[in-house]
Order: sequence, then structure tokens, then C-alpha cells
Amino acid sequence: MIPAGFEYHRPGDIASAIGILQEHGDEARVIAGGHSLIPMMKLRMAEMGHLVDLQAIEELKGIEIGADTVSLGAMVTQHELITHDGLATAIPLIREAALQVADPQVRYVGTVGGNVANGDPGNDMPGLMQCLNATFELSGPDGRRSVAAREFYEAAYFTARDDEEILTRISIPVPGAGVGQAYEKQKRKIGDYATAAAAVMVGNGQASVAMTNLADTPVWSESASNALADGDVSGCVAAMLDAIDPVADNRGPVEFKKHVAAVMLRRAIERAQSRAD
Amino acid sequence: MNDQTLTPEERAANLKGMGSSRKRVEDVRFTQGKGNYVDDIKLDGMLFGAFVRSPYAHARVVSVNKEAALAIPGVVAVLTAEDLAPLGLHWMPTLAGDKQMVLADGKVLFQGQEVAYVVAENRYIAADAAELVEVDYEELPVLTDPFEALKSDVVLREDLAGQTDGAHGPRKHHNHIFTWEQGDKDATEAVLGEADVVAEEMVYYHRTHPCPLETCGCVASMDKVTGKLTLYGTFQAPHAIRTVVSLISGLAEHNIRVISPDIGGGFGNKVGAYAGYVCSVVASIVTGQPVKWVENRMENLMSTAFARDYWMQGKIAATKDGKITGLWCHTTADHGGFDACADPTKFPAGFMNICTGSYDIPTAYLAVDGVYTNKAPGGVAYRCSFRVTEAAYFIERMIEVLAIKLNMDAAELRRINFIKADQFPYQSALGWEYDSGDYHTAWDKALKAVGYEGLRAEQAQRIEDFRAGKTRKLLGIGLTHFTEIVGAGPVKNCDILGLGMFDSCEIRIHPTGSAIARLGTISQGQGHATTFAQIIASEIGLPADDITLEEGDTDTAPYGLGTYGSRSTPVAGAATAMAARKIRAKAQMIAAYLLEVHDNDVEWDVDRFAVKGAPERFKTMKEIAFAAYNQAIPGLEPGLEAVSYYDPPNMTYPFGAYICVMEIDVDTGEWDVRQFYALDDCGTRINPMIIEGQVHGGVTEALAIAMGQEIAYDEMGNVKTATLMDFFLPTAWETPNYTTDHTVTPSPHHPIGAKGVGESPNVGGVPAFSNAVHDAFRPFGLVQSHMPHDHWRIWKIANGLGMHG
Ligand SMILES: Cc1cc2nc3c(=O)[nH]c(=O)nc-3n(C[C@H](O)[C@H](O)[C@H](O)COP(=O)(O)OP(=O)(O)OC[C@H]3O[C@@H](n4cnc5c(N)ncnc54)[C@H](O)[C@@H]3O)c2cc1C
Repeated sequence: MIPAGFEYHRPGDIASAIGILQEHGDEARVIAGGHSLIPMMKLRMAEMGHLVDLQAIEELKGIEIGADTVSLGAMVTQHELITHDGLATAIPLIREAALQVADPQVRYVGTVGGNVANGDPGNDMPGLMQCLNATFELSGPDGRRSVAAREFYEAAYFTARDDEEILTRISIPVPGAGVGQAYEKQKRKIGDYATAAAAVMVGNGQASVAMTNLADTPVWSESASNALADGDVSGCVAAMLDAIDPVADNRGPVEFKKHVAAVMLRRAIERAQSRAD
Repeated sequence: MNDQTLTPEERAANLKGMGSSRKRVEDVRFTQGKGNYVDDIKLDGMLFGAFVRSPYAHARVVSVNKEAALAIPGVVAVLTAEDLAPLGLHWMPTLAGDKQMVLADGKVLFQGQEVAYVVAENRYIAADAAELVEVDYEELPVLTDPFEALKSDVVLREDLAGQTDGAHGPRKHHNHIFTWEQGDKDATEAVLGEADVVAEEMVYYHRTHPCPLETCGCVASMDKVTGKLTLYGTFQAPHAIRTVVSLISGLAEHNIRVISPDIGGGFGNKVGAYAGYVCSVVASIVTGQPVKWVENRMENLMSTAFARDYWMQGKIAATKDGKITGLWCHTTADHGGFDACADPTKFPAGFMNICTGSYDIPTAYLAVDGVYTNKAPGGVAYRCSFRVTEAAYFIERMIEVLAIKLNMDAAELRRINFIKADQFPYQSALGWEYDSGDYHTAWDKALKAVGYEGLRAEQAQRIEDFRAGKTRKLLGIGLTHFTEIVGAGPVKNCDILGLGMFDSCEIRIHPTGSAIARLGTISQGQGHATTFAQIIASEIGLPADDITLEEGDTDTAPYGLGTYGSRSTPVAGAATAMAARKIRAKAQMIAAYLLEVHDNDVEWDVDRFAVKGAPERFKTMKEIAFAAYNQAIPGLEPGLEAVSYYDPPNMTYPFGAYICVMEIDVDTGEWDVRQFYALDDCGTRINPMIIEGQVHGGVTEALAIAMGQEIAYDEMGNVKTATLMDFFLPTAWETPNYTTDHTVTPSPHHPIGAKGVGESPNVGGVPAFSNAVHDAFRPFGLVQSHMPHDHWRIWKIANGLGMHG
């Protein structure tokens, strides 16, 4: 498991990182925690001449808890998402989901930015961010722009981000008081991607549901969310089952995945509802 | 503390001999990262080898173009079959009497097969160059199903064209390897015809892989000046490797030194000979430089020896009261592209004929047909004696299937069919002589320990609750009583490629009363340095802490057949006791001389010889050792050492009773092991702590196999489970708590009564987990379902039984 050769860059700020990306075009790729990228490089499924390490860029770090918005730096590790007290109070769903990601070793290094930028349908955080209606902030040669998480994913490994853009921060509206949240995930073992996972927020007459690893992008369903907002759990599940499009793999055939998707969603709804008031 | 003031019990305890839970001496280095594994070996000028492997499961190799690879600076050579052919090394013999391509000779037969071997100055260059070797393939039809293979016109092994006789008798079809028959076919069929009840079922034990933590690898170092080849490698049988290397390379055996350094787990995966060893040796001979080759994880899972893949069609006959009258089994064994099974030569299906298990079955018949398919070769004993896990799984499933047919409790059905304690030594219908056992005692102890009656009551309540819609979880109680056959074995019927399966130990006592012992085996984590020292300590009365143990260097250790099939304690452990007894016999003469009495007037007392009737007059073993070297004793040579080559009179037959209690979610297929009880009877217990560790490790591997681990192929012969993301290795999280227990029924023919334990937990664990899954669904109509019981397959059972509404 030896990757092909590459040049290693370690810029100190966002502007220089973008500069390196511009200079080398699609020969260059940023690396955050490396826990999705390095396995692909070792399998030689990803080969690039230049790796741009984001670890030294301070601007990409830190968790800010505001009254209405939480802002996560792209380089915040998944471990920090679990151990940050303020975050757990503001949006408990993030911690609950992060605890279901990979294993402690991976989470010490893997970042939230890498997880959402990666575009792998198996990643948990894209669905989570869609449920939370997060916004991704991107910086590129032409400046900065924002893209809603719900608009970001186009197909497996294809996102709205341009090659020369860097995802810098994620901003998330703090759900109002009384909103119940839950993340439910079935996996084969610790460190496994989801067979099916559901992120649910419900309360105050509103709801949002998203699911993971059941299509080539995360699936946030407006009609499922609306049905749940109206208290129609079966309608919500039916709408979600309509929206997902799982494929057979080692985790099981399509029929099984659809069944488990419904079970995970129902369980998440039940738990979220029990937490709403 | 003065020796003379201690009681015999205290003196014995100080020795840390047999029965002591002495801490593992190996762990001092392992826990500090100071082990010395193959990949830690660095030699001057060492080159690195890497394979180009086939992406196809069945294809012609039209051409191999090395140019681009050779053009990279730092690439020394690229070997293909064409380069090896003049040396006669493009093929090698397998342990099963077949032959196997070292590098693709015109075609490939499985995905991941070795096609070319790149040698470069470092492993990075080697990996880059391997990518640049251009191989032109022409795809051929792929056979992944052994039943299809036996019908297909597609010829996998064209090299065997026209060969109707294989290593184990006639071949019935061009993809057929052998038929092996045991027992009495006619009598068994007659019993089946007349029986009150016959249960019939196909029991599939899926293909999996031992997946040791450390993958396979070697460093070959040819010294052109001395003409000596040193081969370091992950070998479970270093001496056998030396002989095989000599036979296939033509190098004289005294010019070959094989060294197995620390080995990070073997589980059967490191018994065979692999292309990497041959290519590294050739590359070192050609370049005159040391060459290292170490597999990566995917290579290990895809190309080095798999385990199991047995389709076992069974019929079991009984009276209406549940007394078993006959057992019939036909096995279709998928061996992959080459028959590289590691079995004693006369046993092409290993000891599968232990499949009558713990039961007194008067009539039985077993036939096994080996088949070639487009899968990796192997068929090794993954933490079990040769095919014993398959046999135990088969009989323990058939018992459950029969219990269903008879509408009987499976614990009771076992009890009424166990071989009784007074029937030992017991002659089985399929040809083995079980040495000793007391199954009823073990079984009753196990059922009592788990509160069997209470569990059944709880289960009945659960079923009621489930039917009433109060719960979606089922409770399964998985029972197993297994009997193993280990310690291969008697040279009269056990050899591998003609090498008799004895083993050996040489002990040298130093003048100051410490010692070194060397064995023909090699630890891969079993803790030999700890336990074999304990045997010696008890036998000759020197503290285990003062005894060094060495294995794995063929220049220093006596010849032996290595470590697998739980053979180290039954065979090398016996040799150790026998060598120690030779030393004690000489020590007795020395003591008698020193005490000025007749040899027969002294008696052994823990760590000394004392004058009979005068225990205050004694010589300790330490004193005797010093005298042996430094005092002229009439009629005796100086020195105190001995060697023993032990050819066991019989195998040993460890047994055990395992019970698993499992919760199953019918909606998701998720499972949770609530309780696991493992009672092992391995005869005399040398180190209870090590036994417990072996049981924990083995049951965990059993859990993996039963509940998710597999080597799966798609119809194109692509391996679908070649990384640890998909190949299930349980972490601490998935590993349940285990309760261990024991009874002790010593082996009557083993010098210290020990039977071997390293593999029992895998043999017993797999059926215990699988039976728990089946048991949970039994009230809803399930009879048989194939492993691995991962989420979707469990879900499929529930779905098939209409449990999803
Ligand atoms: C054993 C194992 C189990 C795992 N299990 C799970 C799981 O259960 N659930 C789960 O969600 N994930 C899982 N992962 C993935 C893990 O969470 C990764 O850490 C994550 O997917 C990627 O984050 P990273 O920081 O490691 O990114 P990297 O691997 O460094 O990068 C991933 C991709 O994102 C791009 N990228 C990274 N950061 C940025 C940025 N700021 N701007 C633009 N592009 C960027 C990179 O160029 C690359 O293409 C697992 C990983 C492993 C090794």
C-alpha cells in the first residue's frame, strides 16, 4: 500500500494555499486529516503531483458559538466536535453524529471540513449538515462565496466546490429551543460507514430529515421533512423511501437497505420527538 | 529464604512450573514495541521485491512488457515466468502434492495471482515500477462455483490435460482434484434406509481467511562468498521450509539457514510456501544482494492461503427416541486454482473424518471431492487442526437439525448420544481412536453454569412477547460440544511431502543451574517461551525463570515440523518432557554418586534428589548441574544435556462445551452476544492464564467468522472483501465478555497428559455462535441458513420467515 510520489506543500494562510492550487491546477489537492484521501492514494485510486496540507492554517481552525449561528473551522477535528462543551449544548446533534463516525483514532485527525468536502456518499457529516441546513463557505481565486449544504452535493465525489477553492468554514443556524434532534446509524462494526443513517430535527412545528449512504449523495427530503413537521411519521418515511436510491454492496442488497433505512429513520424520529418539547 | 526451610509446595511454587499462571516472558519486548519481525530486518544493500498481480480471475497472459518498469532509476530486475523457467522455478510443488505457478505461466487462475516480480532499490520504487509493467491479458470464462466447475467445459488447469490420476487417486473431470472416502458407504446407506428418522441438510462453511496481524514476508540473503543462503521469513514450519527450499532450488540443505523471527500471528496462513519466497530467493541469488518482500494487507487477503470453503451435504439417522444410528456426509471442497491445501499427505481433506464429533455414532461414511475454481489457493487450518473446524461445524449443525426433526431439546439430544467416559479409548466409525474424554461431566457443568433451564424459560417468554408485539428482539441459545483431533502426528500416518510429523526438543543445562531449550516448533504468539519453560521446570526442578527458550533458527534448533494444528504442546511439548526426563535420569546418577548411595536409593523431590528415608540428605538440581560439569564422576560423561525426537503414538482429542446467548434484532439483523461460556478440557493445564488468553483470542476469531468475516467473490471472480473495511476483524467494541471454565481429562498417552488448546475456541466457537442465530429463529421455522451471519443475512432469515409483516 504505497502511494505514488508527490510534492508536499504546507502553506501558512488561505491565500497561499489557493495560490498553490492555482499554480498546479488539477495536479494539486488539499489534504486535511488525510483519513479519506490517504487510503485512496495508497490504493492508487487518487494520484496527484502536489499535496497542499492545511494543518498550518490558523484561519481554518476553531469553533465559534454565537446566539443564532455556530461556526466551525474546516480544520476542526471530529474529536473536537465531540469534546467541545459549548457545541454539545448549542447543537447536540453534531456530537451525537460525530460519535458515530469512524473510530477514536480516525476522529483525532479527521476533520469536519474534509468529511463534508470529500463528497463520499458514505460520509456522515454531509447528511448531518443538510439536516441542520448548514452553509459552506468557500474561498477561491475569485474571492469568497457560500453554498448551502443542501445545494452542495452533485454526485459521488462531485460537489459544487471548484478545484481551486478551499472550504474554509461551516456555519450552522442554532435550532430553536424545543427542537428535538437525533442521529441513528446502523453499521457493521466500529469504524464502518453507514448501512443506513438518519439525521432528524423536529419541534416547534418544523422538521428536517436527511439520510446517509443510501444514494450517491446525501439525501435531504423536503417532502419527508414537511410530512414530519405535520406529525405524519409514516408519510415522512414513505417520502424518504421515495427519495433514496441505495445500491447493493457488501452491506447487503437494495431491499435490505431500504428496510433498514425506514427502521433507522423511525428510530431517529422517535428519539428526536422524545427530546422535543 | 533458606531452601531447607521451605515446604515442597513452596519449592514447587518457586519453580513456576506446570499449573502456574506465570506471566508471558515474550510480552516484555512485545509490549514495548521491541519485537523483531521480518519487516524489522535490515541488511546492507537490501533490495525490495513487489509483485505485479492479475486483475482477472481467469485469463491468458498474452505478453508482459517490462521496458517502462526497467527504465525507472533504481529498478534492478523484473522477473517473469520466462526468467524462472530455465531454473525450473516457474512452478513449485504445493503441500498437497499439486503444483502451483510461481509466476503466471501463460495464464492466470485467480485474481491477485503473481504475474511478475519487480526488484528495486527501495519499496517505493518497486511499487511504482510494478504499476508500469504492462501485461496484456485475454479474458477467459470464470468459474467461481465448485458445482458449476464440475460440470463446465472450461478447463482451468490445462497443464493437467489428460491426467486422470491426481496425487490422491483418480480425477473424474478436468476440474476435479480428488475423491477421498472414509467409513462404510453401504452400511451407512443401509442404516439411513431403515432409520426411524433421517434429517438431511446442506451445511456450508464459507471461505474466509486467517488474516494474521502481520502479513507474510521474507528476506532472502545469498552470500556468494560462502555459498550460504539465509532466509528469514514468516514461517510456521522453518525446518520444513529449509528442506523444501533445498529440494526445489537444488541448494544443499546445509547451505540453507532458515530463520523465523518473531511472528505476528499465523493461524495457518504462514504454513505454506508462497511465490514471494521463491522469487526473493531467486532475486537474491541473481543479484547477490539481500531481497526483502512483504505483502500488503490486500495481497495477503487476496492471494495467500484462505480457509474453509466446504459444502457439506449431510444426512443423519436416528431412532425416534433420538439415538443416532448413522451419519453420511458428502463434501464438495473448493480449493481454488491450485491445490495448496496444507494437510498431512495421506489426508487430502485433513481430519474431516472427525466429523462424528463427540457422539457415539456406530456407522458413518464421508466422501470429499476437491474441485478447482478461479479463486485463490489455500485451504489451510485457520486456527484449527486440519479441517477440524469444518467437521465440528458440520456435526454440530446436523445435531441441531436432527433435534428440530425430532422436536427434541438439542442439549438433551447431545447428552443421550455422547460417547461415555467408560468407552475411552473410543474407536470411531471413521477410523480414529479417541484417547480420553468425559463429555457428560463437562456438558452438565456447562448447562448448570449458564442456568440452561432458566434461559429456555426466558426464551419461551420472549417468543410469547414477540408474538404479542411487545418486542422485536429474539433470544438465541447456541450450544456446542466439540471434539478436536490435534497434535499431528504419528509418523506412521502423518507426513507432509514425506516429512514425518514428529517434533523435537534439545535442552542444555548450564553449570550454574540455568538452561536453554531449543525446539522444532515456532511461536507466533502462543507463548512457547513461557509454557515450555514451565514443563522443563516441573520436570527437572529448575525455575522457569532460569530457562531460555529458542525456536525458529534451523542452524541451532533441532529438526521439527513447526507450529500449527495445535501440535506444539502435544508433540514438541512431549519431546520437551522426554528430553527433560533424560536429563533427570542422568542427574539421578550424579546425585547418587554425590550422596554416596546407589542410584535406586535416591528419590525425586520437586527440585532435588534425596536419599530415600532421609530427606535431609539431598542434592538440588542446581548442585547436580554444577557437579555434572566440574566433577569427575566415574562412568559418566561430563555435561548435562539431552535431545528428544518425539513421535506421538496417537493424536490428542481436546474437547469442550460452549454456550452462547445472543440477542437478535429482527428488523435490522443486528446481534449482541449477551453471554459466552467456554468450558475447555485440554487435559493437563500448563499455564491457565495462557489458556484463557488463547480461548479469548480463538473465540473472538470464531465470532468474526460466524458473524461476518468472509472472502467473497463476484461472478467475475473479483474479490469483494480485500480490505479490512469489508473483511470483518472484530475490535474491542464488537468483542463480548467471555466466561472460561474447564475440566481436566489428561491424555493417557502424552507424557504430561496435555492435549493442546490454541484452536479449541475457534473449533467450538463457530458452531456456538451460528447455533445461537439458528436457535433464535427455530421457533419460527428456520432449519438451516448459511454463515456468515452478518446483518443482512440475519435480516433475510427474518424476512423469509415473514417476520417483517
Ligand atoms: C477506518 C475509517 C473509518 C471511517 N469511518 C467513517 C464513518 O463512519 N463516517 C464518516 O463520515 N467518515 C468515516 N471515515 C472518514 C473520515 O471521517 C475522514 O476523516 C473524512 O472523511 C475526511 O476528513 P479528512 O480531514 O481526513 O480529509 P482528507 O482525507 O484530508 O480529505 C478528504 C477530501 O476532502 C478534500 N478536502 C479536505 N479538506 C478540504 C477543505 N478544507 N477544502 C476543500 N477540500 C478539502 C481533500 O482534498 C480530499 O479530496 C473513516 C475513515 C477511516 C480511515
